[in-house]
Amino acid sequence: MLIELGHFALILAFALSLVQSVVPLVGAHKGWRGWMATAEPTANGQLLLTGFSFAALTWAFVTSDFSVRLVVTNSHTLKPMIYKISGVWGNHEGSLLLWVLILTLFGACAVWFGQNLPPRFKARVLSVQAMVTAAFFGFILFTSNPFERMALPPFDGQDLNPLLQDPGLAFHPPFLYLGYVGLSMAFSFAVAALIEGRVDAAWGRWVRPWTLAAWVFLTIGIALGSWWAYYELGWGGFWFWDPVENASFMPWLISAALLHSAIVVEKREALKSWTILLAIMAFGFSLIGAFIVRSGVLTSVHAFANDPERGTYILAITGVFVGGALTLFTLRANQMQAKGVFGVVSRESALVANNVLLAVSCFVVFIGTIWPLVAEMFWDRTLSVGPPFFDAAFTPFMVALSILLPIGAVMPWKRGSFAKAMRPLRGALALAFATLALIWAVQTGNSALGPIGTALAVWLVAGAASELWLRAGNRRARLWRLPRADWGKAVAHAGFGITVFGISALTAWEMEDIRVAQIGEPFDVGGYTIRLDSVDRVEGPNYLSTMATMTVLREDREIAVLHPEKRVYPVAQMPTTEAAIDNGITRDVYLVIGDRQDDGGWAVRTYIKPFANWIWLGCIVMSLGGFLSLTDRRYRVAVGARRAPAMAAPAE
Amino acid sequence: MTMRALCLSLALVAAVAAGPAAAVQPDEVLADPALEERARELSKGLRCLVCRNESIDESNAELARDLRILVRERLVAGDSDEEVIRYLVDRYGEFVLLKPMLTGSNLVLWIAGPAMLLVAGGIALIYLRGRRRAEEPGPDSLSEEERRRLDEILAD
Repeated sequence: MLIELGHFALILAFALSLVQSVVPLVGAHKGWRGWMATAEPTANGQLLLTGFSFAALTWAFVTSDFSVRLVVTNSHTLKPMIYKISGVWGNHEGSLLLWVLILTLFGACAVWFGQNLPPRFKARVLSVQAMVTAAFFGFILFTSNPFERMALPPFDGQDLNPLLQDPGLAFHPPFLYLGYVGLSMAFSFAVAALIEGRVDAAWGRWVRPWTLAAWVFLTIGIALGSWWAYYELGWGGFWFWDPVENASFMPWLISAALLHSAIVVEKREALKSWTILLAIMAFGFSLIGAFIVRSGVLTSVHAFANDPERGTYILAITGVFVGGALTLFTLRANQMQAKGVFGVVSRESALVANNVLLAVSCFVVFIGTIWPLVAEMFWDRTLSVGPPFFDAAFTPFMVALSILLPIGAVMPWKRGSFAKAMRPLRGALALAFATLALIWAVQTGNSALGPIGTALAVWLVAGAASELWLRAGNRRARLWRLPRADWGKAVAHAGFGITVFGISALTAWEMEDIRVAQIGEPFDVGGYTIRLDSVDRVEGPNYLSTMATMTVLREDREIAVLHPEKRVYPVAQMPTTEAAIDNGITRDVYLVIGDRQDDGGWAVRTYIKPFANWIWLGCIVMSLGGFLSLTDRRYRVAVGARRAPAMAAPAE
Repeated sequence: MTMRALCLSLALVAAVAAGPAAAVQPDEVLADPALEERARELSKGLRCLVCRNESIDESNAELARDLRILVRERLVAGDSDEEVIRYLVDRYGEFVLLKPMLTGSNLVLWIAGPAMLLVAGGIALIYLRGRRRAEEPGPDSLSEEERRRLDEILAD
């Protein structure tokens, strides 16, 4: 019964979204306040109904209701409770339900936090948001109903894919979806502004917090996914340039560009049409990402629903929304006159350079991702585009970005001089060169990546610190009174530096050892002594494990006892490798147990991964920076001061 | 569905049924460290044909193991890196390469990024130079709508 109610609630929410797509839009056009105001209850209603629907499906998973087809194909009574809950979105239908739940959540947030928006504009934003939501309600109801019943309920389920039975599944998709779907707000704001035919400083200020929030969630989601891959896939890779990873990375790059160009709109009323275009493309890439994951046109470790019909539906959604928005854009582009005047050397120019680098690097990722399709379609060449291409084609953009970033951050608005901007950065520059020289001299081997990456990281972090110091007028007391936006900016930029360091250090200085280890015979890897103590058969709740006990020693002192495992999940008939990791600040010791050899030993792989955790630490710091900026006074005041006229901030 | 796709899916089933044989195995490792180093580097650029976007260096599939051993056999036989790659491309097609070859239509792929950077940079530069010369509008410049509204108010 609850299942049918959940299904019914979803249909009702669909109906509400259709009403909200039309009524407020007509109201805004005609100036009818009553019609415009209907958007608020319908948006809240959609959230409540979809929330109920999601709760009903979760209940079915928690109670292992095997009369529901989705529960049968993705759950099992013996599965631990946390995976029963996260299993709700570990499949196509359930993840889509999560997607629409978040869409309605953002719609409702626009009602709650949008009190300072002019009513006409707000009605249009909510209408556009409802159109996007309606399209996805239609998708889920017509092609992917999660509430389908079984005619003959089986005694037990078929279990969830063992790779997904991990705490990673509980957090990675929800954050990623908050990011993807959060960009729908930027899209709705852009389309509403195009319908209105007006983009001004106030618009830049409204759209920025939504983009910032989406970007923070995307950053966390991507970092969680990368960390999950690192410990789950058994050899400690953190990024694979897999089509689905690229699908999440492209909106991240574009939304990072959008964040920066929206500042130019807000402060200087320039780059308007470009910013609108970025807002459309950011969500466009989210939709393309959904298409890549769910259609299966590009094979990937993530694709869970290789269904052409679903792919066609998402492609249609993408085409209608992006195509429609771009058409509207070409009609209205000439109405967006830039106002600000500035020199070629200025903060504005630096932000334009940031946008060029981010957008072109996104283009490189995009063309690399779809190239196998293009080559097969037009030239009948079946080929692969893998990490070697992306490493070579993408990295230079990030190097250029890292070099320019600290200079751009201290450049004044309107007109600056390069020599003047460099003055506060002299210390950071010297430090970076010193690091470069030191590491070049000390490191063994001939990798350029380690020294250059580390020097860039030092330049970024020290540059961010110098900028804060400059803003505080070189006085420590004033440092703490700086606006949170300044702190957010510096922290996020430093976080980027930390991630650059982590990636360079891990890639340049990783050590690996593959051998047959005999029980009780220690061996040395990169200054550590590893001893295989025993290998046992252990029974888990829903799997069988071959679990090794290994001791890690350094200078005869025991540092850690680790238990790498090989598991077999009998229900899903699938083996997995569970690496064991001793996390550290300067290095991870990463152990993997393989097969038993004929001579009684075991295949063992040992990795020493220097500074691996700094990759994700940097991501956390970046999101923290975004969050700090989000809590800046000007946004809080804007939310608190209901109906206060939104005014453009004067340029600094 | 093409014949190749069918073969791949059959091979995939076979690979999964064969069970895990974790990436590079100790018995595959060559005695000569320099040769082994070259084998590892080559393996990182070769695709495990039955896997989803994994190199043979990372993959657990049986076929990846066969390819790793094949690469090492060719190296021991005295092939240069280029000869090993040519040998594999002749047998499995360019699908096996994770780094697309710089020939024919693939030039578009490799040039696309730098070309786009030039175009975008050019447009940005023209825009920036334009902004430098642009007229600074008055601080109280009004939109069409606002001007009309102002006229209405003043006319009253």
